Amino acid sequence: MEQWSESLFNLLGGLGLPQEVSTIIALAVGALVLASVAPVLALVLIWITRKVISRMQDRIGPNRIGPFGLLQTVADALKLLSKEDIRPANADFLSYALAPILSVFGVILTVAVVAIAPGWIGADLNIGVLYLVALGSIGIMAALMAGWSSNNKYALLAGFRVVAQLLSYEIPMVLAMLGPVLWVGSMRLGLITEAQSLNIFGFNLGLGWFVILMPGMALIYLISALAESEQTPFDLLEAESELIAGFHIEYSGMKFAMFFLAQFLNTFFLGAIGVMLFFGGWQGPFVDQLPILGVFYFLIKAFAFYVLVMWIKGTFPRVRVDQMMSFAWKVLVPLVLSLILWQMLAMKLFGPVWLQYVAVLAGNVIAIGIVVNVLTSHFKQEQVRTKRAFGPKSLIGTMQPYAGD
Amino acid sequence: MLTQYGFILILSAFAFIVPASAVVMGWLLGPKRPDAIKTSTYESGVETIGDTWVQFRAQYYLIGLIFLIFDVEVIFLFPIALAYSQLSLFAVISAITFVLILLLGLLLEWRKGALEWN
Repeated sequence: MEQWSESLFNLLGGLGLPQEVSTIIALAVGALVLASVAPVLALVLIWITRKVISRMQDRIGPNRIGPFGLLQTVADALKLLSKEDIRPANADFLSYALAPILSVFGVILTVAVVAIAPGWIGADLNIGVLYLVALGSIGIMAALMAGWSSNNKYALLAGFRVVAQLLSYEIPMVLAMLGPVLWVGSMRLGLITEAQSLNIFGFNLGLGWFVILMPGMALIYLISALAESEQTPFDLLEAESELIAGFHIEYSGMKFAMFFLAQFLNTFFLGAIGVMLFFGGWQGPFVDQLPILGVFYFLIKAFAFYVLVMWIKGTFPRVRVDQMMSFAWKVLVPLVLSLILWQMLAMKLFGPVWLQYVAVLAGNVIAIGIVVNVLTSHFKQEQVRTKRAFGPKSLIGTMQPYAGD
Repeated sequence: MLTQYGFILILSAFAFIVPASAVVMGWLLGPKRPDAIKTSTYESGVETIGDTWVQFRAQYYLIGLIFLIFDVEVIFLFPIALAYSQLSLFAVISAITFVLILLLGLLLEWRKGALEWN
């Protein structure tokens, strides 16, 4: 039984209800709270997005409705509610209507394993990380369902592209999650968070974050999480400034809003999972003395993460589809596989824990160094090649593709 | 243990109800005036030609197959990771060989051009 529902459970037991009934009521209340937190959170997230992006573009952003424009999103939601729900004549109705619901469904279920503070976790499943991986595929399925059932060529093609992108980046993401799991020896997210404490003379400083132990893994997780949530360097499937829409081109009104709700929440929760796995979750100074501080630490880290994603959204250009796919398979997957291999070796080769720590850290740093070096020289060559191919005007049209030095 | 999965079950019911009720409310509150042009396939005003289910690149199948291989690998790697501190030397060597074979397989796919996207 988790800590948060225990007091409610005791209260109901005190009223003379049988134990099973009070258990079910306590669980249902907890689930209702978590499920209704998600839409409210989405309103805040959309507000943050608009404010951050508009500040970057030298605008003010929403500031009319409510304090600081906080109610702007509520007004937008009300407007979407009053819009006509257009259904294409040839659409496959069941999967067309189910797709937006499923995409939100998968994201809301993620909340169950998010550890907000010591003991504050919906359900500390012993297969927590695997549960998250399983939920990730519900979103993929929803996108493919939406693309296929819309009876639109472009929606269908975009659906295939979403599947290709999400599948490609799921492998490095899941393998990067394996790093903390291998180190801790548990898939419980609560336990992984607890393992990131740093005890000095019996005082928990709460700074033993795994990002310090395995920066390479954390970096791989962050990049693949960006791609999994379809955020900016990898948002070519629904490039708002270039395309009309991606797989949700035939959707309107509230169904369209559901896809966006799912995307905003997914971005936030992938960040929150990253915070739990690599940035210590609720760990921080004085958290053992004052557990409520953990809530603040967790929320600050998770929102900082979200603002970072928005910062990237405001500043980065998009990548091409071939660059995106080859980055996943030719850079991230070999890198993460070799990091896992090194971590397995290091954890068996070296006896004392501090030696293992140093070995894993050194392996991560060296691997990042090598990859950055290789990529830099690759892009330098690419730059020279494109400059030569488009250089002298007289040669345009007669140029053969440059074969390399 | 059972309470945790019961919680997931109850949460999944709510997680379905929340978006479903939003969609149903949008359907109830919005106007309903469909006509032939509004409900036709949207292609920026151009009439659609031919079947919707067009041919698509075989590359998607390849990516799907490679993904399948690695996903199965992940399923094997997670139990190994959980029990890693208790594993014997033989088990560790076989786990490392397993990862090495997959790494070699990835190199082979790379060599054969299965990862090219053009």
